[in-house]
Formats: sequence, C-alpha cells, structure tokens
Amino acid sequence: MTSPDSLNSEAGFARALWDARLPRPAGVIGRAGRPAADRFDIHRNNIFASLTAALRARFPVVVRLVGEAFFADMAAIFIRRHPPVSPVIMEYGGAFAAFLKEFDAVGALPYLADIARLEWLRHLAAHGADAVPADLSPLARLAPSAMAELRFTLHPTATALSSAYPVASIWRANAVAPDLQPVLADSAGESVLIVRPHRQVLLLDLPPAGDVLIAALQEGRTLGDAAALAAARDLDFDLTLTLAALFRGGAITGFAPGHSSSN
Amino acid sequence: MPVPVPPRHGGIAPCPGQIPMLAGVGLRPRHYADVLADPGQIAWVEVHPENYLCAGGPQHHYLTQVRERMPLSFHGVGLSLGGEERPDAAHLQRLRALAARYQPGLFSEHLAWSSHGGHYLNDLLPLPYTRENLARMIDHVGETQEALGRRILIENPSLYLAFEASEMPETAFLAELAARSGCGLLLDLNNVYVSCMNAGTDPLAYLASFPRAAVMEIHLAGHAPEFDRDGLPVLIDAHDRPVADPVWRLFARMVEHLPPVPVLIEWDSDLPDWPILLAEARRAQSIVDRVHERGGGRDVA
Repeated sequence: MTSPDSLNSEAGFARALWDARLPRPAGVIGRAGRPAADRFDIHRNNIFASLTAALRARFPVVVRLVGEAFFADMAAIFIRRHPPVSPVIMEYGGAFAAFLKEFDAVGALPYLADIARLEWLRHLAAHGADAVPADLSPLARLAPSAMAELRFTLHPTATALSSAYPVASIWRANAVAPDLQPVLADSAGESVLIVRPHRQVLLLDLPPAGDVLIAALQEGRTLGDAAALAAARDLDFDLTLTLAALFRGGAITGFAPGHSSSN
Repeated sequence: MPVPVPPRHGGIAPCPGQIPMLAGVGLRPRHYADVLADPGQIAWVEVHPENYLCAGGPQHHYLTQVRERMPLSFHGVGLSLGGEERPDAAHLQRLRALAARYQPGLFSEHLAWSSHGGHYLNDLLPLPYTRENLARMIDHVGETQEALGRRILIENPSLYLAFEASEMPETAFLAELAARSGCGLLLDLNNVYVSCMNAGTDPLAYLASFPRAAVMEIHLAGHAPEFDRDGLPVLIDAHDRPVADPVWRLFARMVEHLPPVPVLIEWDSDLPDWPILLAEARRAQSIVDRVHERGGGRDVA
C-alpha cells in the first residue's frame, strides 16, 4: 500500500513521522549530500516530545500515579491513535480519559480515567470564559418558597464531575503531597465542582447527587425542581451543602425569580 | 469548533501598535509579572497567537495588561502555509478575531508545513523548494493576508535535511514568495546558522543572497549542539539558551547592511529569570546602537 514514491510526498512524509515502523522518506539529504535518516528522526522526536510535554503538563496527577517513563510510553501510543486535529495545542488531550478507560495496561488503576477527566475539566476551566460571581447577599432576605422558584446562572467554567471512585481525594493527595499517597480506591465515590471564578481553578466537594442539582440548574430548572431531581437520585443528597459549594466557589453569576419567562 | 473570543468589557485601550525598530522579547507566562512590574524595560513583546485562542483565563488577563503598555507582535506557528492543503479557514477566522482584539503591530508565520490530512504535527516541517510548491505557497500566503486583512511576514526555517527534488535555493524561494505575494520576511539568524551548519554550507553566502529589502523583523535565539549517529554535529533549534556567539556575529554583520528593523530574542524552553532574557535584548540593542552611531545600517543594497 505504501510505495517508496508515495513516501516522497507530503502524505508519505507525514505518515512516516507518525509511525516509526514505516521507512523514512526517500529523497531527503543531510550534510553535504549524505542520507538523512536520523535527521528525519529529529522531526519525529520534536513531534512526540512536544505533544508528550503538553499532555504531561495537562495531566500531572496521572503522571504521578503511573510514573514518568510509563506515562511517556502511554502518551506515544495515545498520540499515534489520537493525533491533534488543530494547531491549538491547548485543545489537545480531550480524548485522553476515554483512551485510558480502554487501555489494558492501566487496568489495575480503574480510577485513572476519572482522574484524567478531572484534570481535563480543570484544564478547560482554566481557559474558559471569564465571568464575575454574583453578589448573593439579597438571597438572605428571600422566603424559602421564593428560593425554590429561583433560577441560577452558573459560571461558564462551572462543571460537576461524579465518579465511582474517590477522585477528589486521590487528586488532592497526589497534586500537593511530596510523596505518593496510598490510594483509598475502596472508599466511596465522590462528586466535585470545578470552577474558576477568578484566576485560580477551584475544586469543591459535593454531596451525593450534587452534580445532578448542578446539571439541572445549568438546564435552567428552578432550584426547587433541581433539588427534587437530585433527591430522587440519591437519598443522601444535601441541598445546603451543594449550595454552599456553589456559593463558596463563586459559581453563581446571576439569579432570577422563577416566574419570569425563561427559555 | 472555533471558540469565539469575546471582546473584554471595556476592551483594550492600547498604546500605539506599531513595533518600534528596537529589541523585544518573546513573552512567556512565566515573565508576565516581570514585564508588568516595569514595562519601561522592554520596547515590545511577541507571542504565539495559538496560545491565546481561548475564551478567557489568566493568559488573556495578563496579555491585555501587557498590550495596554507596549506594542505586541503575533508569531503564528500553526497555519502550515508551506503545505499542500489550504490554510484552515476556521483557524484563520479565530486568528483574525484575536488580532482585532490585541491589534498586533506585526503578524508572522513560517516557511514550513505542519498539518496534513486533518492532523496537526506540532513541528515546523521542511518542504522541497520547487516551482510548484512556490506557486502554492504564494496562494496560501495571499489567502492568509486576505483573511487577516493585513500583510504578514514569513520566516526562514531551521533545516535538518534537504530534498533532492528542490529546484532553487531557499533565498530564491523566499525572494519570489515576497515579491509575488507581497509578504514581508522575518530573518531568523539562528535559523540561518543552524540550517547552514547542518547542511555544511556558508551562512554568509546565504545572507549575501537573502532578499534584504523585504526584511521587516529579525529573530535571534539559542540552539542546542548535538551529535548524529555518525558522530557528526547537528544543531537543534531549541530556543532553550542564550544566543550563540556566531549568531551574534551574523547579527552584527547584518545590522550594517539593513535599514533599522525590530529584533526579537526568542527563548521558549528552559526559561531563564527575566534579567537574563532582558540582558539578551539589551545586547542586541547595543549592537544596533553601535552600528547606527557609526552611520551604518543605511546602505540598503
């Protein structure tokens, strides 16, 4: 399928860059007319080293959990299977969590894919749209019935993540602790709110089904309806704790009484 | 897929956008605070626009403040203008929106390709210098200038290999590209040195044939000396250390033969503390000042 002629073209050059098993292109020369096989490898190395560095910066706790060398090998496989589709490298790596989920070699770390999801969402929040958290003091004067009718506008960077594993505990322990922490993988699953109200990305714990409330608010439901959905999902849902996380995180940028028409 | 870049509340009230004929530096996030602490230290800065194609976040926060204090240049790495495929229209629109927001004084790209078959290779890749590739790149540069509504500059690459298929020297390719597309040229003297050493050719001969009248900016950077499998030296365009002495000498020589143009220090990995980067820019400036005090730099050949 790959003739030497087709290698001496942009398509062949690109194919041989992605796949080190392919022969290097014909017709390239190095110093004073010498063949340039290892000169070609400089470009291969540039591509894989730079993309691996981007992934390493984006998924620091995944790196921590599997080790630098293993991460580099894994990244090379990921890069070959999912090369960037845009020159904006900031947008590269969204497929990494799904890749880890299917990657047999990390089967012993079943939570790894969710750690990658968490790190990807932190990355998205870091570069997402800016918005100013709302002044929530007027809410203190509202009657509980009026509270239930409120609709909130959430910060554009706010996302909730729910995992069957204690992702937030694992992430915090390994993002800040100097030594690798024992992973409490048998502990209960966790939900977290990720938001960047100002310069820093915040990670706030949510009670069970807190993510359901947040998703419902993002769909434009009233607080009362959203709380009912969350409570139906999990008996341990706690509205006060969820609101506290949203308030503390600066995750609410606006609110309106529910009776006003909303699309 | 493109993320719109909304104007900031109030927008930028920029200082004049034109890049002065002085030394600037490539700006990385690590140095935002240093530049803002004393903006008078540096005349202008340059960034890769691809690093700012996002809706919000700290990089826009800081770059906005920087732009309010000094001129800014965009040095793109992702348009793949030397490639077979046309520049990506959606990417061009995003760059145009970013340029509308930050009003860069110059906008440069590369004699290279980096995208093929819908994939981005994240490296500046070489192309054979053929008539066919020249005609195609003239079209791509023209299309880009039309989409951005401005003239762009094209930079000479760092080469590790050459093609048997090439039909003309790089300098002839660049001269014709500039003449027929109307683009300016960004003369990267580290790239000249790296390419010539890697090919075993003479950088002064290269510069003697370079289309000087089209040069609108100069780049200086550091390279990494390594060895290939045969034990022969190969220079890597690493931007990870100070400018090498032979490159400073090429610079001093070129300044004598060029009208004043802006010069930029690029340092992109293993970043130094700000004073070290600033000292590199000052060294470049002092070379320019010395030549112009002597009345050089005006004999445009």
